[in-house]
Amino acid sequence: MAMLPVSAPAGLAEQVPLAGEPAGRGRPARARLARAVLANRKASAGTVLLALFFIVALIPGVLARDNPSATIYARSLGPSTRHLLGTTALGQDIFAQAVYGTRQVLVIAIGVGLLSTGVAVLIGVAAAYLGGLWDGLLNLLTDILLVIPLFPLLIVIATYVQNSGTLVLVLVLTLTGWSYTARQLRAQALSLRKRDFLEAARVRGERSIYIVVVEIIPTMTSLIVASFLTNALYAVLFGSSLQFIGLGDPNSVSWGTMLYWAENNEALQTGQYLWAVVPGALIAALGAAFALLNYAFDEIGNPALRPVRRTRVKRAR
Amino acid sequence: MRFALRRLGFFAVTMWAALTLNFFLPRLMPGNPAEAMMGKFRGPVTGQALKALELAFGVDTHKSLLAQYFGYLGDVSTGKFGTSLYFYPQSVGRVILDAIPWTLGLVGVTTILGFVLGTGIGILAAWRRGGRLDSIMPPIFVITSAIPYFWIGLMLILVFAVKLNWLPAAFGFDITLTPSLSLPFIGNLLAHAILPAAALLITTIGTWILTMRNTMITTLAEDYVRMARAKGLPGRRIMLDYAARNAILPNLTGFAMSLGFVVGGAILVEYVFNYPGVGYMLLQAVNNEDYPLMQALFLLITVAVLVAILLADIATALFDPRTRSAG
Repeated sequence: MAMLPVSAPAGLAEQVPLAGEPAGRGRPARARLARAVLANRKASAGTVLLALFFIVALIPGVLARDNPSATIYARSLGPSTRHLLGTTALGQDIFAQAVYGTRQVLVIAIGVGLLSTGVAVLIGVAAAYLGGLWDGLLNLLTDILLVIPLFPLLIVIATYVQNSGTLVLVLVLTLTGWSYTARQLRAQALSLRKRDFLEAARVRGERSIYIVVVEIIPTMTSLIVASFLTNALYAVLFGSSLQFIGLGDPNSVSWGTMLYWAENNEALQTGQYLWAVVPGALIAALGAAFALLNYAFDEIGNPALRPVRRTRVKRAR
Repeated sequence: MRFALRRLGFFAVTMWAALTLNFFLPRLMPGNPAEAMMGKFRGPVTGQALKALELAFGVDTHKSLLAQYFGYLGDVSTGKFGTSLYFYPQSVGRVILDAIPWTLGLVGVTTILGFVLGTGIGILAAWRRGGRLDSIMPPIFVITSAIPYFWIGLMLILVFAVKLNWLPAAFGFDITLTPSLSLPFIGNLLAHAILPAAALLITTIGTWILTMRNTMITTLAEDYVRMARAKGLPGRRIMLDYAARNAILPNLTGFAMSLGFVVGGAILVEYVFNYPGVGYMLLQAVNNEDYPLMQALFLLITVAVLVAILLADIATALFDPRTRSAG
């Protein structure tokens, strides 16, 4: 998991074949693109931020000595050396909650990112590669999910499965969130379909599964990484939103849940600003890390793809 | 014509999918949430209303699933959504009708404002490419796109309502006042709308700006713009009549669609500000396990979006013949 920021630049190297140039230009192109990522300030900022969150998620105990769910401290304290960010109205240490909460948010982001990107690749590439009736059906499914308003749908589903843990939340977010990236992936796979190197593979007599896995998917790496980033950002924002309105597991330690309790205890009205400010700022920072990386990809990546992508962005809303 | 028919077909299929989701979701979930809800409301809700509820959620009925399904489709298509449980004995339709004007007023006005302002800024940013506006904007909107909507609302409340005490933090109007068409009441109404509107504007304006800027940049590279420059036309005229006019289509389509999202688009903002609109009602229904109200609101929000998308598609086809075949 922690490899993500490191592997992102490597994935970018695969942009080259997309730009309509022959594949296999090898090392120089790869190195040039890796350098482009390093030179891109947005990409570096995103990578550093994300790496910080990963470190916190891996070793929360080193940073915060207090138990995040223990309600054993004096209530509603201001910041002090004992409680860096003060305590909640329920007597929990806010700093410990913020630190320990990182892990769950990251699990949701990475989990939903990977799963929904997996589904999107599967459906998008299958639709493009199989064509005909399959394409029509898979495309219809994608389109339907794209236009049904996402957040209300999430709310309705989450209401019925109420308070059932992180795994269910990840599954619900995946189920509703894959369609936008599937559409992008299908569009790119379609544009690849008539390429010579695929024709060559077909003439060689390769099996479809080989063509899809070995020939098509590697050429799409950059878009797949971008899809992952889009889906991870979506998971951070919508996951936290669901937790905020009480549709997550209220007893779990996470930023969205902190906001839920802060809202329920009128943290703003009773002067406990940090209780509401800190988790929200952290969500924004993690979201910004994913958004920055994604935006940087757009800048460095293939400009020719951009206009197409932009018109689809509106669709997704 | 064929195009319009295809879009209509898609509309119908999606509508059916949403209805089917509504029907099967509560029935598929483990532990039958509908049963639990019925248990909770069996005391206060009685007689005819209870019977209708049991029917709607498939509790205690001997009808087959298929018969229930078609019964449900029939009920919904004739506008029978039943009784709200939380707002008992009001009907679901009544609750929704009361909520709609609030949302339309707040979100509708904000959407139009966001579109006009955002498009204008986008035009200027693209026209002065590399200028100050153009270089500070994209990074800012990358960051704001990652901030949760509701948290911006919370921060606005913190600063302007709690700290500065300039504006009210909650509700559609001061509950000590009686609604009337008097000047003080309208002022009160507007004061209550400012913070939620600001929260919405901050989170939505970036999309308008970026879309407009990006299409405008593409358009500015077109030959007819170069031609206009060569003819020595004044800059304003090139910017507005040549470039912006051709670049605005994606934004217009987006605008038509976002009108559909007006109905359900501000759920969390309404929640944070206790603003009595559709989104607030949806969360009230959720928190109080008022499933009939929740289902009806979900359908309403979906229908609004679908109608807007249908109209946007048809409008685009009318304005821009090139898109017709692409369907």
